[in-house]
Amino acid sequence: MTEQLDAGAVAQQIREHDALDAPGGGSEVGRARRRKEDARLVTGRTQWTDNIQLPGMLHVAFLRSPMAHARITRVDTSAARTRRGVVGVFSGQDFAGEQGSLPCAWPVTADTVIPEHPPMAVTTVRYVGEAVACVVAVDRYAAADALEAIEIDYEPLEPVLDMTEALAEGGPKVHEAGNESFTWKFAGGDIEAAFHEAPVVIDRTYVQQRLIPSAMEPRAVVAQTDGDHFTLHSSTQIPHVLRVMLALTTGIPEHKLRVIAPDVGGGFGSKLQVTAEEVLCLLITRRLGKPVKWTESRSEGNMTVHHGRDQLQNIRVAADADGRIRGVQVKLLADMGAYLMLVTPGVPLLGAFMYNGVYKMDAYDFTCTGVFTNKMPTDAYRGAGRPEATYAIERLMDELAVEIGVDPMEIRRRNWIQHSEFPYTTICGLTYDSGNYEAATDRALALFGYDKLRAEQSDRRERHDPVQLGIGISTYTEMCGLAPSRVLGSLSYGAGGWEHADVRVLPTGKVEVVTGTSPHGQGHETAWSQIVADSLGVPFEDVAVLHGDTATSHKGMDTYGSRSLVVGGIAVVHACDKVKEKARQVAAHLMEASPDDVEFSEGRFRVRGTGTSQTIQEIALATFAAHNLPDGFEPRLDASATFDPENFSFPHGTHLCAVEVDTETGATAIRSYVAVDDVGNVINPLIVEGQVHGGIAQGIAQALFEEAVYDSDGNLLTTTMADYLVPSAADLPNFTTDRTETPATTNPLGVKGVGEAGTIASTPAVVNAIVDALRPHGVHDVRMPCTPERVWRTLRTGGGEPA
Amino acid sequence: MIPASFDYFRPSTIEEAVDVLAGAGEEAKVLAGGHSLLPLLRLRLAYPTALIDVGRVAGLRGVSDRGDHVHIGATTTHDEVVRSPIVREHCPLVALATATVADPAVRHRGTFGGSLAHADPAGDLPAVALALDMVLEVRSSAGERTIPAAGFFLDYLESALAPGEILTGVRVPKLGPGWGFHYEKFHRTAQAWATVGVAAAVRQTNGTVEEVRVGLTNMGPTPVRAAAVEEAARGVEAGQNGALRRAAEQAAEGTDPPADLHAQPDYRMHLARVLTHRALVSASAHRSPLT
Ligand SMILES: Cc1cc2nc3c(=O)[nH]c(=O)nc-3n(C[C@H](O)[C@H](O)[C@H](O)COP(=O)(O)OP(=O)(O)OC[C@H]3O[C@@H](n4cnc5c(N)ncnc54)[C@H](O)[C@@H]3O)c2cc1C
Repeated sequence: MTEQLDAGAVAQQIREHDALDAPGGGSEVGRARRRKEDARLVTGRTQWTDNIQLPGMLHVAFLRSPMAHARITRVDTSAARTRRGVVGVFSGQDFAGEQGSLPCAWPVTADTVIPEHPPMAVTTVRYVGEAVACVVAVDRYAAADALEAIEIDYEPLEPVLDMTEALAEGGPKVHEAGNESFTWKFAGGDIEAAFHEAPVVIDRTYVQQRLIPSAMEPRAVVAQTDGDHFTLHSSTQIPHVLRVMLALTTGIPEHKLRVIAPDVGGGFGSKLQVTAEEVLCLLITRRLGKPVKWTESRSEGNMTVHHGRDQLQNIRVAADADGRIRGVQVKLLADMGAYLMLVTPGVPLLGAFMYNGVYKMDAYDFTCTGVFTNKMPTDAYRGAGRPEATYAIERLMDELAVEIGVDPMEIRRRNWIQHSEFPYTTICGLTYDSGNYEAATDRALALFGYDKLRAEQSDRRERHDPVQLGIGISTYTEMCGLAPSRVLGSLSYGAGGWEHADVRVLPTGKVEVVTGTSPHGQGHETAWSQIVADSLGVPFEDVAVLHGDTATSHKGMDTYGSRSLVVGGIAVVHACDKVKEKARQVAAHLMEASPDDVEFSEGRFRVRGTGTSQTIQEIALATFAAHNLPDGFEPRLDASATFDPENFSFPHGTHLCAVEVDTETGATAIRSYVAVDDVGNVINPLIVEGQVHGGIAQGIAQALFEEAVYDSDGNLLTTTMADYLVPSAADLPNFTTDRTETPATTNPLGVKGVGEAGTIASTPAVVNAIVDALRPHGVHDVRMPCTPERVWRTLRTGGGEPA
Repeated sequence: MIPASFDYFRPSTIEEAVDVLAGAGEEAKVLAGGHSLLPLLRLRLAYPTALIDVGRVAGLRGVSDRGDHVHIGATTTHDEVVRSPIVREHCPLVALATATVADPAVRHRGTFGGSLAHADPAGDLPAVALALDMVLEVRSSAGERTIPAAGFFLDYLESALAPGEILTGVRVPKLGPGWGFHYEKFHRTAQAWATVGVAAAVRQTNGTVEEVRVGLTNMGPTPVRAAAVEEAARGVEAGQNGALRRAAEQAAEGTDPPADLHAQPDYRMHLARVLTHRALVSASAHRSPLT
């Protein structure tokens, strides 16, 4: 799928982007600025956590359980203590009195079972990879060597590895309380009426395989203390949430704990966590009084970074004879793994309101049961709940089209919310503020050449070409921009969903923005600079963005759920508005005019109807000097804002995928991929492109490549990148991307989140295409990932039951 | 990488290398490009007491034309092999297969000799070595000897190299005119190892197949020669509908493919047949794909 690069075209592109970086007037918002943080990120000339070297720093290595379920009967660390360079060896018993329980902030029901979750196992291990002991030594090598000298005896217990078996009576239990954590229900409309004598009922079960988030930077932690205050550097997405949670877990008072997320190399949800290693490094530094560092290896990470997805989805649809949907019923089993981590139980709920997709219906019914198994806990992974929902409904729409005998695009048109119907309150009670599914779809169809590909498909079918062509559609929407605090409260989430920003105007007119978001690859420094440049009329280059350190950015809810721009970016806008209002008063005072007569544009305050004006930089200096300010005026332009959104944002779009499936080998090649996304107004098209490209790649990865596999003893088999296949650019086609821009009506920038859209949209587009290619062979489903072997076996059995 | 500790030697002559190796004991290992050995050390699946790095040993690196054969030094990197005009002209199958090894980063480090010495049946070059009847040159403190490829691959990750022996170079016989070549690799991602690979060489006269060589990658604990296919294809008309396909049907004969996350044995056997057919068709169609 590789293509020859055209050197001339590349050079031209570089020239065009260079031109975009040139300083100059005009609007910053909407400009394809290259990211100002990239030079340091891509050259590595920055402070990744693992780069941090502190005087006297010690290194921690964790011994991890080789058993999925066992009682710890004996621990002997004496031999390890005598090894070269070893400073300390600890087992769970050593921390038992102080380690507390790792937090779960989202007990979704009043009776949710939240088992004790010791950061280091004390008496029982419940998944392979669980920390059971650690060595603290003068270097990483000494620590790793000494691990081999720790002796631990286990009494094996029967592992629970299958969700359905886990819920059966009388089987082994992960926890005393049983294997069910909760059952959460939600309904709208009369589901029984919808299914009663419905002309069409389709019932399908889909498997959302377990995935392993693979951030480029592995997790790393550095903890230090001066005996009173503690500082924790961590490769985390959530320095602010982490600080609160660590304070509650370890008993270190919040004001004596500083958490820093230095530059962080990706997360995809996997660093939206309070990890055992973070807690334990703090405890070790408290105990030894020395700074300590831990950096995971990739194999260690595959085992112990929280996993994603892993749901069994039963979805039923009732429809009229013309394909109009009457109702949708969903029954989910969601694998929690062995414990509930920060938002584990909430992940399927984030999908609960999305199984209706872009469609209208009279009734909806949703039940999810969270199940414990002896595997690594699951938690948020790019899209969190919404990819699962979108997959199920978009796969089902294709099945419905086949059942009714119409084109899969036609079935969608018959059911989706029309442009004229917005704002539209769905059967789930969400109000989609804006959208235009027709426009995005028409654009996508044109770019894709839909009719021509359909013609080629029939031709190949007639010729019995061993390579069959399939077309997959995904007309998706999603809810992001987490989130209105009240809604989170109604869902029993442990915190709010606001975001905070401080804007500081320096004496020379330069601007510092302190954001509560915590970028780890998203480009906030660039996008926030563009927003501030337009709002305050200062040059893009004159804005600096500070983030990720609770000492400089005291308040924030961090970055996940495509929330940073639509919540954090709006906080920046509001703070800028306050700055301008203050500056207007100073300007009016200096120009001896009434504030009502002072207008602001492009960085300059003008007295209406006169030639008199002052720049914002002049106002900044005058405010700094404070010699001549209005009476009672506090000498600062700085302002803060905390923004709590009134609604989620609802990006949408149409993704079309054409695949060629080699029926002899079972191999799938993506022939073309078109994505037309509507993420509202765009601050920086280049950043949006990057998010869309990466998102699509990650969704394709679930469709075709990635799966965490445990064997029948509960050992993770996919511990290296030779076994857990993360696709690279060489495995992916060129994406044709475009946008429609239907502004969000719920925020002043008209923006919607873009961080997860590509991942949410793409997986069903790819699988729909594969199934479409193989329908003449009697295939109506292929279980993900659609590996060549799985496609081949499905073809041989001519069915579609999970292979 | 946090391996267990080991001694490290970096000899600069082959004499020195074999002496150091002889003296370093049973658990010493030769280190070439490190792209198979270091992953084992990283995962602590191997605990060598000493590594003898042959990367700077003089005279082990480079390609030369030796009349009836091409000589490839053991430490010649994959990238150098792919780019060598001598290899491309006289043994294009080697270049074709090597070009499918992993990605550019791996090809700039991994070596031709290391790929054979490692004796991984999933590696792309062992099957090619079998198909082309390469001859491996080996040296120890006791002297030199040669081992034919057919006798070199003994078992999974086990070669005929004795302790103390270093692979110094490989002779690749030139096949002469009339041959076409193809390496058909089936893998799940661009940089993944072969699920199954087929190295094929076909000699034809006026459309009639005179001679066929087929080596299979990852179809057993060692690379294998598909003798039944070679037999069945001899004498068929390459252009005749179905003739090569019928021959390729024999491809799984006598194989013992592994079961792993990427494929079960029956699927590998199926792939071997399909891919062998494709390799034979391509090899008969392109006489010299690289010139
Ligand atoms: C990500 C990745 C992907 C890969 N994909 C592929 C692939 O698709 N196809 C493929 O064929 N290979 C692949 N490889 C392996 C690569 O080709 C290796 O370079 C090769 O297998 C070994 O060569 P080396 O020089 O790195 O050997 P080393 O790793 O240095 O050594 C390998 C073994 O051979 C022994 N050895 C090496 N040289 C000699 C010598 N001269 N004499 C005696 N013993 C010696 C060593 O002691 C060791 O046991 C991949 C490797 C990586 C890391």
